[in-house]
Amino acid sequence: MEISLAAEKVAHIGSFNVTNSILLSWITTTFLAITAIVVGRKNDLVPKGLRNFIEMVIEYLYKTVNDVIGDEQKTKKYFPILATLFIFIVLNNWMGLLPGIGPIGINEIKHGKHILVPLFRGANADLNTTLALAIIAVITVQVFGVAAIGVAKYAKKFFNFSNPIKFFVGGLELISEFSKMISFSFRLFGNIFAGEILLMVIAYLVPVVAPLPFFLLEIFVGLIQGLVFMMLALVFIKGAIVEHH
Amino acid sequence: MDLEVVKTVATAATITIGAIAPAIAIGQIGSKGLEAIGRNPEAADKVSSSMILGIAFAEAIAIYALVIALIIKFV
Repeated sequence: MEISLAAEKVAHIGSFNVTNSILLSWITTTFLAITAIVVGRKNDLVPKGLRNFIEMVIEYLYKTVNDVIGDEQKTKKYFPILATLFIFIVLNNWMGLLPGIGPIGINEIKHGKHILVPLFRGANADLNTTLALAIIAVITVQVFGVAAIGVAKYAKKFFNFSNPIKFFVGGLELISEFSKMISFSFRLFGNIFAGEILLMVIAYLVPVVAPLPFFLLEIFVGLIQGLVFMMLALVFIKGAIVEHH
Repeated sequence: MDLEVVKTVATAATITIGAIAPAIAIGQIGSKGLEAIGRNPEAADKVSSSMILGIAFAEAIAIYALVIALIIKFV
């Protein structure tokens, strides 16, 4: 039973290493793009089937964002990227649970032993993906803050030279922006990677019937982590667009 | 002592000690949340969504400890 913290390379395009987790995230992206194009074309007055389901999801997310932000105009500005983060993260997590994601792989010889390198791996089980999402989320918060209240006022939150205490607090705020990046990425990575290891260990110990409640747990955790990522980004955006006291 | 033995002990100790405080924190957040819902059932939606957010923050600390334990064991 080999567990690797880093995602393993399965192919390469030129000098770019294609790892198994980025392969799965490409599949997720293609799937989402195709779904969006196919569903977005029909435009009956009463939606049915897949379009109905997707409208239900979007309405739920819109209501959630609107409840926190309050203003309908602002919600329309901030909703698309938050909903995208949620749907991308949740779909990546759930795709990592599909049958065949672990076992199908390439036989390789590493350090003199035959090991199986899985062809796919949950996209968020790779620190690169979660770090990228975290950096995008934090930079988005900064951009929305600057767009809402202007560069000078936004910079004053972090660099406040009026008195020493405020300067110190501003410095702490700056450091806490970086710590947000780290906490976003490690929360998502830790949850999903630990879930994968848990499933692997349980399947190794008791392969029949016992993994079932753990798969249910992983489905739940995947959903909750996507929701938490979105809600946290939402709360940070809400804090960034108001003026400082 | 052997490096492998120290690594294994360090892995176990990291996650064990690192999960104590988040477990207590999540219990307290949950209990205060349920108490708030009991006192004001109409605000149940708002209270429970803030509670889930607070629980996710507290759980993140346990996940940091788990990630360090995994790094010690497998890297």
